[in-house]
Amino acid sequence: MVTRGFSSGRKPPTDTDARIPPGQYLEQGFPVLSAGPTPHVRTEDWSFTLKHGPRPIKKWNWAEFNALPLTKMTRDIHCVTAWTKFDTAWQGVLVDDILADAGIEPPTAFTLALGFDGYSTNVPTKDLTGGKAMVALLYEGKPITPDHGGPARLLVPHLYFWKSAKWLNGLQFTERDEPGFWELRGYHIYGDPWREQRYTNDP
Amino acid sequence: MSDAPAAQSPWQTVTITRIQKRTPRVTSFFLQPSRPFVYHAGQHVDVRLTAPDGYQARRSYSIASAPETGETIELAIEKLEDGEVSPFFHEIAAVGDEVELRGPLGGHFVWSDGDGGPLLLVGGGSGVVPLMSMVRHRAMRGSLVAATLVFSARVWDEVIFRDELIDLAERRDGFDLVLTLTREPARRPADHARRVDAAMMVQAMTRLPAPPKLAFVCGSNAFVTAAAEALIDAGVPAALIRTERYGV
Repeated sequence: MVTRGFSSGRKPPTDTDARIPPGQYLEQGFPVLSAGPTPHVRTEDWSFTLKHGPRPIKKWNWAEFNALPLTKMTRDIHCVTAWTKFDTAWQGVLVDDILADAGIEPPTAFTLALGFDGYSTNVPTKDLTGGKAMVALLYEGKPITPDHGGPARLLVPHLYFWKSAKWLNGLQFTERDEPGFWELRGYHIYGDPWREQRYTNDP
Repeated sequence: MSDAPAAQSPWQTVTITRIQKRTPRVTSFFLQPSRPFVYHAGQHVDVRLTAPDGYQARRSYSIASAPETGETIELAIEKLEDGEVSPFFHEIAAVGDEVELRGPLGGHFVWSDGDGGPLLLVGGGSGVVPLMSMVRHRAMRGSLVAATLVFSARVWDEVIFRDELIDLAERRDGFDLVLTLTREPARRPADHARRVDAAMMVQAMTRLPAPPKLAFVCGSNAFVTAAAEALIDAGVPAALIRTERYGV
């Protein structure tokens, strides 16, 4: 349905078209969205726990976690509220390297990312491994600010950005695909921006 | 033959039935859905515009009306100078025009009378819109839940829904309104003329019969950050605070 009087004046240049998923617009800033107050997690209080169900597999403190191999990842990110931001530059620890340090293969096909604020979001394990995701510690070379999820946030750039949990404190392998916070509140169980999987009933 | 309903687009066409200027920068658009539209106070919708070449722009807007209002949905839209969808509404949209709408959306920043209270609502600028839906829902239900709205605006003439809010507060039925202006002196005796802070939250809570069961904060990111920290400093547990932010 064409909207009377609306023109495509703000349509992004065609050379960027291929990088903007359907229904998204290009944003230069970096908007902040969250369901509650911003937690201020001190690095001396920070820890990261890898869990299989309720059972801890391995726990790292801030110094131990920062001693893991650091990888750079520069990616376009896509928020379900319709903004896309190009070339966000992160450094962190690949989920592959966390698993290697723990000396395990992924025990299940599903994972819940857990935050200090009680947030959770589900991601299939195969979307976290193979170099596809990291626990980010730096944004544009600097510690990630609290409002953007610091000290550490998940980065799963090929899914809508609510999957990239802020204030991350653990990954939990689960036997089933268990919906997380937003997935229980109307958002899509998987969240592929290229298939525009925004809300629960999207195909 | 199958009884399954045909797959239906999540988008529906809605018609603008009324346009009402609220403040110099905020205008309400009343939309008539073409399909039944049932929502909760605090929810939002996605609005989609389509250009003749197929280009589409979509943005999320909170609903200002209460679920009990009737068939039309009110969106109160602030004009953003560098925006794409809000300038269309402010400069082009007219009564009778159709746009596409999806929703209702969001299952966290919502409140119904049955959720109980007391309720502390904190809004900055157009962040008052989803809180207005809750306030109206409360009033239309004849709810006994105590609720206080702390509303920060730059100046008196930018207090969206000002007359309606003051009227509702004057009913003295458990709804209380605290206005704070950041660029003008206070107009009413109990109002403030500064940015939200912990002391203001403490004072707002003394107007409630008991500590809040839930707090809802909506506004720009900077406003929500400041207001949420003020609530925490005033002793409200973080787990009771729900936030909704917009802008960069």
